[in-house]
Amino acid sequence: MSESMVEVRNVTKVYERGTQRVEVLHGLNLDIPKSDFVALMGPSGSGKTTLLNLIGGLDQPTSGEVRVGGSRIDQLGRGELARWRAHNIGFVFQFYNLMPVLSAEANVELPLLLTKLGAAQRRKNVAVALEIVGLADRAKHKPRELSGGQEQRVAIARALVSDPQLLVCDEPTGDLDRKTAEEILGLLQVLNREHGKTIIMVTHDPKAAEFARRILHLEKGQLLEQAA
Amino acid sequence: MTKAGFVVANLFRKRTRTILTLLSVVMAFLLFGLLQSVNSIFSSGANFVGATRLFVQARVSFTQALPISMLPKLEAIPGVAAVAHEMWFGGVWQENTPLIMLSLDPRTYHEVYPEWVMPDAQWQAFIQTRTGMIAGKLLADQYGWKIGQKIPISSNIWPQKNGSKAWIFDLVGIFDGKDEDWKRRANIAFIQQDYFDESNQFGIKGRVNFYILKLSDSSKAEGVSKSVDAMFENSPDETKTQTEKDFNMSFVKQIGDIGLIVRWILFAVFFTLLLVVSNTMAQSVRERVPELAVLKTLGFTDRSVLGFVLAEAFALVLFGGLLGLLLASIAGAMVERGTGGQFQLRLDGGVWLLGVVAIVLMSLAVGLLPALRARRLKIVDALAGR
Repeated sequence: MSESMVEVRNVTKVYERGTQRVEVLHGLNLDIPKSDFVALMGPSGSGKTTLLNLIGGLDQPTSGEVRVGGSRIDQLGRGELARWRAHNIGFVFQFYNLMPVLSAEANVELPLLLTKLGAAQRRKNVAVALEIVGLADRAKHKPRELSGGQEQRVAIARALVSDPQLLVCDEPTGDLDRKTAEEILGLLQVLNREHGKTIIMVTHDPKAAEFARRILHLEKGQLLEQAA
Repeated sequence: MTKAGFVVANLFRKRTRTILTLLSVVMAFLLFGLLQSVNSIFSSGANFVGATRLFVQARVSFTQALPISMLPKLEAIPGVAAVAHEMWFGGVWQENTPLIMLSLDPRTYHEVYPEWVMPDAQWQAFIQTRTGMIAGKLLADQYGWKIGQKIPISSNIWPQKNGSKAWIFDLVGIFDGKDEDWKRRANIAFIQQDYFDESNQFGIKGRVNFYILKLSDSSKAEGVSKSVDAMFENSPDETKTQTEKDFNMSFVKQIGDIGLIVRWILFAVFFTLLLVVSNTMAQSVRERVPELAVLKTLGFTDRSVLGFVLAEAFALVLFGGLLGLLLASIAGAMVERGTGGQFQLRLDGGVWLLGVVAIVLMSLAVGLLPALRARRLKIVDALAGR
């Protein structure tokens, strides 16, 4: 666990909202080793999602360095960043964000359209990803035909299918009941422990955070402490 | 799944809306195909290929009658086998039902128009009866006319010498077409030119609206046409000689500048289509901003997302447009068959090419703005619902 997956150095993020200038992150530093499972906690507005977006390459810092898997992603352009995301990061959202017009398997296959894999190989990879999340029998179902937990499993399968080393999860259980949430968190634990995926999860829920190896607290754009 | 499959799936996310939009595209391109065909018919030059008859009228307008003295000169032109003539009588049946009625010389007309089929006895009766009239079968059937009946017809153009607008004719024959095409045209009636000349109040005598030249050889049509017009050039009765088909078209052309009318209709149709499809595309992009942001999150570039939206617009307009043009082809073929080839509403290569250009331009016009919006979308803002 010593090799670094994420290195954040002296990162500042400022949002311009009309005439207002809001500094969300103030010179933040963070290191996350490979195969770690980190829960990011903190009150609303503390900068959790902003930090997650910077690590996931969805946004750029105002200043500072963000290095993920050895790449300086804060220096990449929009197109390069998109290609980098396609190969290196899996995203899981609170509201699943599946494509309602596609079946579960087509949703999972979506990121693979960015690869050079043939149709047969894509189908095989999709089947494996759905097998891992325990939804092989629901492959043909549309999102509206699935429960919330099942939808989130499909979203996790979609995040996994291109085999990224880093999974970025923004409140992945925020829309689920306790039992289903624990199933999803258990699944994330399996992915971390058995498949070696590095996971960064933003959550408000202390019980959910307990599933992580480490809990980081953010407040007013600063990291407060690290809990084991 | 393929990228094309993804585009189609997105297109049909609101099935009813897409189908209704598609129908408006189909309808617009159906109109486009038909109107462009009409336009190309009217904008094309004279076509003498296969013509067996030529129509001669006054150069200025067919309402300006030509003297009967032209007849022997026309008959003497090489390539002319026979010459008939017609004068427009008009005629109104009962209260206000206008009829197509022409006065003519039965002898020459029968020779020039063998397509009209009637027993010889009836032709003879027509020749010999000064007040005789023959009617097409369609017309006779429509009004229940029987041979031997006296048919009262009024004419708003030609009163009789006594001032009466009422004319009485003796129905001496009912003719029909030789085939299905000509049978469909048998909705006209003919009267004797001599009787008309004697009886009309204005003393119009020895003048006709048209001469119809029967050609001995259809390959000579263009030459004969030029000879006729050259013969009467700079005379008080200059002529315009054209094929039967072009003559029929010239009636429609009198409505106005067909090309301009077609262009304005198409402008209105495509402008409306632009609004309808643009609205559909804009709405479609607006309601799935988060989905587009997710696509970008997964690694699709801005350009890919722009491509997806443009592809949707293109697929919608292409499918609807091609279907519309295909339907226009079928409708055109039906019109052509229905008019016995007189109105060749054919979608030629030029119309198809223009249609494809219109499809591409329309796709860009309706898809570009929503596609650019999708391209500009910032993931973080879109996911946060900003």
